Amino acid sequence: MEILMAILASILFATAIYNLLQKQFLRIIIGTVLLSHAAHLFLLTMGKLKRGNPPVLVEGVTNYTDPLPQALILTSIVISFGVTSFLLVLAYRTFTLNKSDNMDELRGSSDE
Amino acid sequence: MIYAVFAPILFAIVIPFLSRMKHKIHTGWLILPVPLLVFIYFVSFVGSGFESQVSNYSWIPSLDISLSFHLDGLSLLFALLISGIGSLVVLYSIYYLDREERLGHFYTYLYIFMTAMLGVVLSDNVFALYAFWEFTSLSSFLLIGYWHFKERSRYGAIKSLLITVSGGFSLLAGLISLTIVTGTTSIREMVGQPDVILESSFFPLILIFLLLGAFTKSAQFPFHIWLPDAMEAPTPVSAYLHSATMVKAGIYLMARFSAIFGGEPSFFMLLSLFGIITLVCGSYMAVRQTDLKAILAYSTISQLGMIMAMLGFGTDIAIFAAVFHILNHATFKGSLFMIAGIVDHETGTRDIRKLGGLMTFMPMSATLALFGTFSMAGVPLPFLNGFYSKEMFFDASLQLSGYAGTFVEIVAIVLPYLAVIGSIFTFVYSMYLFFGTFRGKYKEEQLPVKPHEAPFMMLLSPIILVSGVIIIGLFPNLFNNGLLTHAADAVFGDEVTKEISFWHGFIPPLYMSLTVVILGAILVLTKTKWERVYNILPGNFSFNRIYDWGVNQLEASSNRITFTYMNGSLRLYMVLLLASVTAITGTALFISDGINFEVSDVAPVTVHEVLIAIVMALAAIATIFVTNRLAAILVVGVVGYGLAILFVLYSAPDLALTQLIVETVTVALFLLCFYHLPNLTKRTESIAHRGVNIIISIGFGALMLVMSISAYNSQFFDTISDYFTENSYKLGGGDNIVNVILVDFRGLDTLFEVSVLFGAGLAIYTLIRFRKNKGAK
Repeated sequence: MEILMAILASILFATAIYNLLQKQFLRIIIGTVLLSHAAHLFLLTMGKLKRGNPPVLVEGVTNYTDPLPQALILTSIVISFGVTSFLLVLAYRTFTLNKSDNMDELRGSSDE
Repeated sequence: MIYAVFAPILFAIVIPFLSRMKHKIHTGWLILPVPLLVFIYFVSFVGSGFESQVSNYSWIPSLDISLSFHLDGLSLLFALLISGIGSLVVLYSIYYLDREERLGHFYTYLYIFMTAMLGVVLSDNVFALYAFWEFTSLSSFLLIGYWHFKERSRYGAIKSLLITVSGGFSLLAGLISLTIVTGTTSIREMVGQPDVILESSFFPLILIFLLLGAFTKSAQFPFHIWLPDAMEAPTPVSAYLHSATMVKAGIYLMARFSAIFGGEPSFFMLLSLFGIITLVCGSYMAVRQTDLKAILAYSTISQLGMIMAMLGFGTDIAIFAAVFHILNHATFKGSLFMIAGIVDHETGTRDIRKLGGLMTFMPMSATLALFGTFSMAGVPLPFLNGFYSKEMFFDASLQLSGYAGTFVEIVAIVLPYLAVIGSIFTFVYSMYLFFGTFRGKYKEEQLPVKPHEAPFMMLLSPIILVSGVIIIGLFPNLFNNGLLTHAADAVFGDEVTKEISFWHGFIPPLYMSLTVVILGAILVLTKTKWERVYNILPGNFSFNRIYDWGVNQLEASSNRITFTYMNGSLRLYMVLLLASVTAITGTALFISDGINFEVSDVAPVTVHEVLIAIVMALAAIATIFVTNRLAAILVVGVVGYGLAILFVLYSAPDLALTQLIVETVTVALFLLCFYHLPNLTKRTESIAHRGVNIIISIGFGALMLVMSISAYNSQFFDTISDYFTENSYKLGGGDNIVNVILVDFRGLDTLFEVSVLFGAGLAIYTLIRFRKNKGAK
């Protein structure tokens, strides 16, 4: 099962990167969303799958799933949510100001 | 001793605070005691019974780098110059620099320099010496660029930094080779084993590296071009760094190592030849200048060349003369720079063509300048110190025998003639400097300010220096036993005894001096006829042009190279980053045999999980092709919700919950924004771009696949998860292990996570809130 999940994660990575390399702002955002999904799946798979009960202590149970990747992923989900919403608003702002969502037309200022 | 070295830089910390009171009291007064105390401390060592002192402070023992200070005769001479002239320069600057200037900056840089320079001449450890050496370059850069609003200042500062620091790198290379050859980082221990160094196969490299370091720092031909441009610094700085101390660091270095290299024909050849060329070129160039400080700058170059040549000669008399001239040059050149500053200050110009006849207005300055210039010219008068060292120089140049080899012999024959030629020009520009400024016709209409004598306190520093000129001239043996012989001993490595006397009888050096005076006087008197010749022969400008061309080319080509990849295209940045990550990680995995596909201990595969995985994969691929906004939200949502289901299946209820909530909010956000944004367009990239994109995405995906499978199979450390499982209730007091990790064991991480979220929220709020003020950001 871990192999299958590794393959799924790498497909997610590949599509995320492909979206990231596009010119349209929205596709780039979709890319970042997919990238964080891929990273979460990757982390979870590294902690081995289906090896015990949910990591909530219950009387008499000694066999729990590795809680550490889950803690990491939980942090990451929240952070990537922050990033996604910021990027969305940034895209919205950029579009209202510049009337363009094409990254090639939004290159840096000329005095650099 | 460490306190004496670090006193200025430690004191520099409080200078910015002191400079706040500059309107009540000039900052210079408050900080003047520091170099003065250091000077008094070093004076206490002077005496015929002087013995070298060592004090050790550990710094980086693992690399054999320590702050070990070694005070011998040579170091003592330099330390006295640094602290003594430092005090005079601070005193002088109180009247030179207006209170409106950024005094805090000025004195901070100056005191950083003072410590650095003391460190250079006192360090016994070569790496500590190098560190101090570079600090002198840096503080010189800051001081030259002190009036940073002037274009010439910036140019001069960058030029001096580029040249001296590249020389510094060369020095570092030389010092590292020396350390490798001798197996020690202490200069004293290196000096103790000259045979090891001279016979090593690294010897030519070491010599060239060290010479490059010394030549760039001491403005030797052809690296002298930075010194005239450094004259953009305030005059106290020129008097201090660029004539008395910093430019002598290269001389110091050569003197320090001449105990090792002395007697080597290559060392003699390179040092004498370049020294003499510098002497002749510098003095010739000085004659052509019209700016007072430029004359003094070229004069400094030529005098440095003379000292360098004497170190190259390597005989006991030459070395004694070199040490003597270091002291003399500091006195007369320091005073002349200060006088030039006074003239500039009181008349508003330094252009010698506009100056003239100032003697009646500034009698004191004129008298001081008279002594300074005549001493510099080497006029044979018993109360001018410049004459003594110059005559010793002639004497030394005549005693160059004992070197075998035809070429070396020819050089030894030519050297005295070159020495005379250089000295003739020295005589000419010295006279020109004095008579051009203080005698001749007074050109009132050309002066911006009506000239008048400077205040006495401003004259005090040059007066003290000129008194030094006269005292050394009248009683040359006063400094002999207490200071100079110790310094010469340290350089020569053996006892040097030398009586300085004015009259030697009718011997060749006297004839040489007389030739200089007579020919020089003729050249001065017939100056109008020669002016054309001075203007025809270009010398120096070709080197300046090479430097300018080199710097421009360097800037232009680095610009070109940078803009090939920093072109503002986000896609290109991503391509470069991801390609490098993939290539480097992939290669590293491959080389280190990290790839491991042998899988054991995996969970069983079930049908519904496979179905979910297939749906997620298809949805992810669909994001690439979809052109409808709503469809895009849906397929991204499918991936997210699919992940949530996987979390449920893999015993991660907290994750599933969070993922569901976040996914829902994200989809809502997407919907909100899509309302305002244009529809997704068809991808319009070129085929080449598309090809690159595909290769990179697939390459990165494949890398992650290989990495995850390989990582899954290898475990190098015990997991720390068991600790959390065991202690969750005991230490954290919670049943939900994930929650306990987040809020307790790794609580600080979560705090930062919350602050990231807070920052994002703030940014979003700002972006939306100010949408009305278009263009008014």
